[in-house]
Amino acid sequence: MKSAVLVFPGINRERDMARTIRLISGAEPAMVWHTEKELPVGCDLVVIPGGFSYGDYLRCGAIAARSPIMEAVRGHAAKGGLTLGVCNGFQILCEAGLLPGVLMRNENLRFICRDVYLRVERSDTPFTRGYNAGQVIRVPVAHGEGNYIADGETIARLEGGGRVIFRYASPDGMIDPNWNHNGAINAIAGIVSERGNVLGMMPHPENHVESAVGPTDGRGLFAGLVEALEKAA
Amino acid sequence: MKARVTVTLKSGILDPQGKAIEGALRSLGVEGVTAVRQGKVFDIELEGADRAKAETLLKQAADKLLSNTVIENYRVDVLG
Repeated sequence: MKSAVLVFPGINRERDMARTIRLISGAEPAMVWHTEKELPVGCDLVVIPGGFSYGDYLRCGAIAARSPIMEAVRGHAAKGGLTLGVCNGFQILCEAGLLPGVLMRNENLRFICRDVYLRVERSDTPFTRGYNAGQVIRVPVAHGEGNYIADGETIARLEGGGRVIFRYASPDGMIDPNWNHNGAINAIAGIVSERGNVLGMMPHPENHVESAVGPTDGRGLFAGLVEALEKAA
Repeated sequence: MKARVTVTLKSGILDPQGKAIEGALRSLGVEGVTAVRQGKVFDIELEGADRAKAETLLKQAADKLLSNTVIENYRVDVLG
Protein backbone atom coordinates (compact mmCIF):
# COMPACT_ATOMS: atom_id res chain seq x y z
CA MET A 1 0.00 0.00 0.00
CA LYS A 2 1.44 3.31 -1.06
CA SER A 3 0.01 6.00 1.15
CA ALA A 4 0.52 9.67 1.86
CA VAL A 5 -0.24 11.42 5.14
CA LEU A 6 -0.73 15.15 4.68
CA VAL A 7 0.85 17.54 7.14
CA PHE A 8 -0.48 21.03 7.79
CA PRO A 9 0.75 23.54 10.37
CA GLY A 10 -1.08 22.76 13.62
CA ILE A 11 -1.90 19.14 12.79
CA ASN A 12 -0.88 16.85 15.68
CA ARG A 13 -2.12 13.35 14.87
CA GLU A 14 0.01 12.71 11.79
CA ARG A 15 2.50 10.52 13.65
CA ASP A 16 -0.21 8.36 15.22
CA MET A 17 -1.65 7.91 11.75
CA ALA A 18 1.73 7.10 10.17
CA ARG A 19 2.52 4.65 12.97
CA THR A 20 -0.77 2.83 12.46
CA ILE A 21 -0.36 2.65 8.69
CA ARG A 22 3.16 1.28 9.13
CA LEU A 23 2.01 -1.22 11.73
CA ILE A 24 -0.88 -2.59 9.72
CA SER A 25 0.26 -2.29 6.10
CA GLY A 26 3.95 -2.86 6.73
CA ALA A 27 4.73 0.07 4.44
CA GLU A 28 5.97 3.49 5.42
CA PRO A 29 3.62 6.32 4.38
CA ALA A 30 5.02 9.42 2.74
CA MET A 31 4.58 12.53 4.87
CA VAL A 32 3.50 15.30 2.49
CA TRP A 33 3.78 18.97 3.49
CA HIS A 34 0.84 21.21 2.61
CA THR A 35 2.81 23.44 0.25
CA GLU A 36 3.54 20.52 -2.10
CA LYS A 37 1.58 20.59 -5.32
CA GLU A 38 1.73 16.88 -6.06
CA LEU A 39 1.19 13.61 -4.27
CA PRO A 40 3.83 10.87 -4.49
CA VAL A 41 3.60 8.95 -7.78
CA GLY A 42 1.39 5.87 -7.53
CA CYS A 43 -0.18 6.90 -4.24
CA ASP A 44 -3.17 4.59 -3.46
CA LEU A 45 -4.38 6.23 -0.27
CA VAL A 46 -4.32 9.83 0.93
CA VAL A 47 -4.89 10.41 4.63
CA ILE A 48 -5.65 13.77 6.20
CA PRO A 49 -4.99 13.35 9.91
CA GLY A 50 -6.45 15.09 12.92
CA GLY A 51 -5.25 18.08 14.85
CA PHE A 52 -5.80 21.80 14.75
CA SER A 53 -4.63 22.99 11.36
CA TYR A 54 -3.96 26.74 11.49
CA GLY A 55 -5.15 26.73 15.10
CA ASP A 56 -8.75 26.28 13.91
CA TYR A 57 -8.63 29.95 12.84
CA LEU A 58 -11.58 31.25 10.82
CA ARG A 59 -13.40 27.87 10.80
CA CYS A 60 -11.99 24.40 11.55
CA GLY A 61 -10.18 23.18 8.44
CA ALA A 62 -11.03 26.27 6.38
CA ILE A 63 -7.50 27.44 5.70
CA ALA A 64 -5.96 23.99 5.27
CA ALA A 65 -8.70 23.16 2.74
CA ARG A 66 -7.32 25.91 0.51
CA SER A 67 -3.67 24.75 0.65
CA PRO A 68 -1.77 23.94 -2.54
CA ILE A 69 -1.73 20.16 -1.83
CA MET A 70 -5.53 20.06 -1.75
CA GLU A 71 -5.72 20.54 -5.54
CA ALA A 72 -3.75 17.33 -5.88
CA VAL A 73 -6.08 15.61 -3.40
CA ARG A 74 -9.04 16.80 -5.44
CA GLY A 75 -7.48 15.22 -8.53
CA HIS A 76 -6.73 11.99 -6.66
CA ALA A 77 -10.31 11.76 -5.38
CA ALA A 78 -11.78 12.61 -8.79
CA LYS A 79 -9.91 9.62 -10.24
CA GLY A 80 -11.49 7.40 -7.61
CA GLY A 81 -8.40 7.39 -5.35
CA LEU A 82 -9.04 6.39 -1.74
CA THR A 83 -9.00 9.34 0.63
CA LEU A 84 -9.50 9.25 4.39
CA GLY A 85 -9.98 12.29 6.61
CA VAL A 86 -10.08 11.84 10.38
CA CYS A 87 -11.27 14.53 12.79
CA ASN A 88 -9.71 17.76 11.53
CA GLY A 89 -9.21 15.79 8.31
CA PHE A 90 -12.98 15.35 8.04
CA GLN A 91 -13.46 19.08 8.65
CA ILE A 92 -10.89 19.83 5.94
CA LEU A 93 -12.63 17.51 3.44
CA CYS A 94 -15.95 19.28 4.11
CA GLU A 95 -14.40 22.73 3.79
CA ALA A 96 -12.72 21.64 0.54
CA GLY A 97 -16.10 20.56 -0.82
CA LEU A 98 -14.98 16.93 -1.20
CA LEU A 99 -17.69 15.92 1.25
CA PRO A 100 -20.97 17.76 1.88
CA GLY A 101 -22.03 19.43 5.12
CA VAL A 102 -20.24 21.10 8.01
CA LEU A 103 -18.91 20.10 11.44
CA MET A 104 -20.33 22.60 13.90
CA ARG A 105 -19.54 23.26 17.56
CA ASN A 106 -20.58 20.30 19.74
CA GLU A 107 -24.13 20.71 20.95
CA ASN A 108 -23.05 20.81 24.62
CA LEU A 109 -20.25 23.30 23.78
CA ARG A 110 -17.64 21.02 25.37
CA PHE A 111 -14.51 19.55 23.90
CA ILE A 112 -15.17 15.81 24.01
CA CYS A 113 -12.23 13.50 24.59
CA ARG A 114 -13.26 9.91 25.33
CA ASP A 115 -13.99 6.54 23.79
CA VAL A 116 -17.25 6.28 21.88
CA TYR A 117 -19.15 3.42 20.28
CA LEU A 118 -19.82 3.47 16.56
CA ARG A 119 -22.22 1.35 14.64
CA VAL A 120 -20.72 0.32 11.30
CA GLU A 121 -23.58 0.74 8.83
CA ARG A 122 -22.08 -1.08 5.86
CA SER A 123 -19.31 -3.57 5.30
CA ASP A 124 -19.23 -3.30 1.50
CA THR A 125 -16.93 -0.29 1.29
CA PRO A 126 -13.12 -0.28 1.02
CA PHE A 127 -13.05 1.40 4.43
CA THR A 128 -15.32 -1.01 6.28
CA ARG A 129 -14.72 -4.40 4.66
CA GLY A 130 -12.84 -5.34 7.81
CA TYR A 131 -16.09 -5.10 9.79
CA ASN A 132 -19.58 -6.59 9.64
CA ALA A 133 -22.57 -4.37 8.96
CA GLY A 134 -24.21 -3.57 12.29
CA GLN A 135 -21.02 -4.28 14.22
CA VAL A 136 -20.26 -1.89 17.09
CA ILE A 137 -16.70 -0.68 17.48
CA ARG A 138 -15.09 1.31 20.26
CA VAL A 139 -12.81 4.16 19.21
CA PRO A 140 -11.78 7.48 20.74
CA VAL A 141 -12.95 10.97 19.82
CA ALA A 142 -11.24 14.24 20.63
CA HIS A 143 -13.00 17.25 19.21
CA GLY A 144 -14.84 20.45 19.98
CA GLU A 145 -16.47 20.75 16.55
CA GLY A 146 -17.85 17.41 15.47
CA ASN A 147 -21.54 18.15 15.31
CA TYR A 148 -22.31 17.19 11.71
CA ILE A 149 -24.98 19.20 9.95
CA ALA A 150 -26.20 19.61 6.38
CA ASP A 151 -29.43 20.78 4.79
CA GLY A 152 -32.37 18.39 4.64
CA GLU A 153 -31.87 17.60 0.99
CA THR A 154 -28.22 16.66 1.54
CA ILE A 155 -29.09 14.48 4.53
CA ALA A 156 -31.78 12.72 2.47
CA ARG A 157 -29.25 12.15 -0.31
CA LEU A 158 -26.66 10.77 2.14
CA GLU A 159 -29.14 8.47 3.85
CA GLY A 160 -30.79 7.39 0.60
CA GLY A 161 -27.45 6.57 -0.98
CA GLY A 162 -26.21 4.58 2.02
CA ARG A 163 -23.42 7.07 2.49
CA VAL A 164 -23.56 7.24 6.29
CA ILE A 165 -20.92 4.68 7.22
CA PHE A 166 -20.53 5.24 10.98
CA ARG A 167 -23.05 6.43 13.58
CA TYR A 168 -22.59 7.16 17.27
CA ALA A 169 -24.39 4.38 19.11
CA SER A 170 -24.80 2.67 22.46
CA PRO A 171 -22.49 -0.30 23.21
CA ASP A 172 -25.22 -2.59 21.90
CA GLY A 173 -25.69 -0.62 18.70
CA MET A 174 -28.80 1.42 19.50
CA ILE A 175 -29.01 4.93 18.09
CA ASP A 176 -29.92 7.03 21.10
CA PRO A 177 -29.51 10.78 21.81
CA ASN A 178 -27.68 9.89 25.04
CA TRP A 179 -24.91 8.25 23.01
CA ASN A 180 -24.80 10.93 20.31
CA HIS A 181 -22.08 12.87 22.10
CA ASN A 182 -21.82 15.91 19.87
CA GLY A 183 -25.42 16.24 18.68
CA ALA A 184 -24.74 15.34 15.04
CA ILE A 185 -27.80 14.99 12.77
CA ASN A 186 -28.87 11.32 12.67
CA ALA A 187 -25.89 10.56 14.94
CA ILE A 188 -23.62 10.78 11.89
CA ALA A 189 -19.97 10.05 12.73
CA GLY A 190 -18.66 9.29 9.25
CA ILE A 191 -19.79 9.69 5.63
CA VAL A 192 -18.46 8.78 2.22
CA SER A 193 -18.51 10.66 -1.07
CA GLU A 194 -20.95 9.78 -3.82
CA ARG A 195 -18.45 7.38 -5.41
CA GLY A 196 -17.62 5.94 -2.01
CA ASN A 197 -13.88 6.58 -2.27
CA VAL A 198 -13.62 9.51 0.15
CA LEU A 199 -14.38 8.90 3.84
CA GLY A 200 -14.57 11.57 6.50
CA MET A 201 -15.05 10.60 10.15
CA MET A 202 -14.68 12.40 13.48
CA PRO A 203 -13.44 9.45 15.63
CA HIS A 204 -9.83 8.27 15.59
CA PRO A 205 -9.58 4.60 14.53
CA GLU A 206 -5.79 5.00 14.29
CA ASN A 207 -5.58 5.28 18.08
CA HIS A 208 -7.13 1.92 18.87
CA VAL A 209 -4.92 -0.56 17.05
CA GLU A 210 -2.54 -1.95 19.68
CA SER A 211 -3.60 -4.17 22.58
CA ALA A 212 -0.87 -2.61 24.75
CA VAL A 213 -2.85 0.63 24.64
CA GLY A 214 -6.39 -0.75 24.88
CA PRO A 215 -9.04 -1.90 22.43
CA THR A 216 -7.98 -2.69 18.88
CA ASP A 217 -11.25 -2.01 17.08
CA GLY A 218 -9.61 0.55 14.79
CA ARG A 219 -7.48 -2.11 13.09
CA GLY A 220 -10.36 -3.30 10.90
CA LEU A 221 -10.48 -0.06 8.99
CA PHE A 222 -6.81 -0.11 8.05
CA ALA A 223 -6.64 -3.87 7.50
CA GLY A 224 -9.69 -3.55 5.25
CA LEU A 225 -8.02 -0.80 3.22
CA VAL A 226 -4.90 -2.92 2.76
CA GLU A 227 -7.08 -5.81 1.56
CA ALA A 228 -9.14 -3.60 -0.74
CA LEU A 229 -6.00 -2.24 -2.36
CA GLU A 230 -4.42 -5.68 -2.72
CA LYS A 231 -7.59 -6.95 -4.34
CA ALA A 232 -7.66 -4.01 -6.73
CA ALA A 233 -4.01 -4.46 -7.70
CA MET B 1 -10.04 52.05 0.95
CA LYS B 2 -11.68 50.38 3.91
CA ALA B 3 -14.35 47.73 3.79
CA ARG B 4 -16.19 45.41 6.11
CA VAL B 5 -17.42 41.88 5.48
CA THR B 6 -20.00 40.62 7.96
CA VAL B 7 -20.59 36.88 8.16
CA THR B 8 -23.68 35.58 9.92
CA LEU B 9 -25.22 32.15 10.37
CA LYS B 10 -28.13 31.35 8.09
CA SER B 11 -31.48 31.22 9.80
CA GLY B 12 -32.36 27.71 10.89
CA ILE B 13 -28.73 26.80 11.63
CA LEU B 14 -28.37 25.94 15.29
CA ASP B 15 -25.94 28.27 17.06
CA PRO B 16 -24.84 26.73 20.37
CA GLN B 17 -22.40 29.59 21.01
CA GLY B 18 -25.14 32.19 20.56
CA LYS B 19 -27.33 30.19 22.92
CA ALA B 20 -24.59 30.12 25.57
CA ILE B 21 -24.07 33.87 25.25
CA GLU B 22 -27.82 34.40 25.56
CA GLY B 23 -27.80 32.37 28.79
CA ALA B 24 -24.81 34.31 30.15
CA LEU B 25 -26.53 37.64 29.45
CA ARG B 26 -29.57 36.44 31.32
CA SER B 27 -27.48 35.35 34.29
CA LEU B 28 -25.77 38.77 34.30
CA GLY B 29 -29.16 40.37 34.70
CA VAL B 30 -29.24 41.89 31.20
CA GLU B 31 -32.96 41.71 30.66
CA GLY B 32 -35.13 41.58 27.58
CA VAL B 33 -32.73 39.64 25.33
CA THR B 34 -34.80 37.13 23.38
CA ALA B 35 -32.14 35.67 21.07
CA VAL B 36 -28.40 35.90 20.29
CA ARG B 37 -26.74 34.74 17.07
CA GLN B 38 -22.96 34.94 16.88
CA GLY B 39 -21.21 36.04 13.69
CA LYS B 40 -17.89 37.42 12.43
CA VAL B 41 -16.71 40.79 11.19
CA PHE B 42 -13.71 41.27 8.90
CA ASP B 43 -12.32 44.79 8.55
CA ILE B 44 -10.35 44.85 5.34
CA GLU B 45 -8.12 47.48 3.76
CA LEU B 46 -7.83 47.57 -0.01
CA GLU B 47 -5.63 49.17 -2.66
CA GLY B 48 -7.23 51.60 -5.13
CA ALA B 49 -10.44 53.60 -4.97
CA ASP B 50 -12.80 51.77 -7.32
CA ARG B 51 -15.83 50.81 -5.22
CA ALA B 52 -17.36 48.43 -7.76
CA LYS B 53 -14.08 46.61 -8.15
CA ALA B 54 -13.70 46.41 -4.38
CA GLU B 55 -17.15 44.90 -4.02
CA THR B 56 -16.47 42.24 -6.65
CA LEU B 57 -13.17 41.38 -5.00
CA LEU B 58 -14.67 41.14 -1.52
CA LYS B 59 -17.53 38.96 -2.72
CA GLN B 60 -14.88 36.67 -4.16
CA ALA B 61 -13.04 36.68 -0.85
CA ALA B 62 -16.23 35.90 1.04
CA ASP B 63 -17.26 33.09 -1.32
CA LYS B 64 -13.81 31.53 -1.46
CA LEU B 65 -12.75 31.77 2.17
CA LEU B 66 -14.37 34.16 4.62
CA SER B 67 -17.72 32.37 4.74
CA ASN B 68 -18.90 28.81 4.40
CA THR B 69 -21.99 29.31 2.28
CA VAL B 70 -23.45 25.99 3.45
CA ILE B 71 -24.19 27.56 6.82
CA GLU B 72 -23.40 31.26 6.54
CA ASN B 73 -24.53 34.42 4.76
CA TYR B 74 -22.30 37.45 4.25
CA ARG B 75 -22.66 41.13 3.59
CA VAL B 76 -20.05 43.36 1.97
CA ASP B 77 -19.86 47.06 2.88
CA VAL B 78 -17.32 49.27 1.15
CA LEU B 79 -16.76 52.08 3.61
CA GLY B 80 -14.65 54.31 1.34
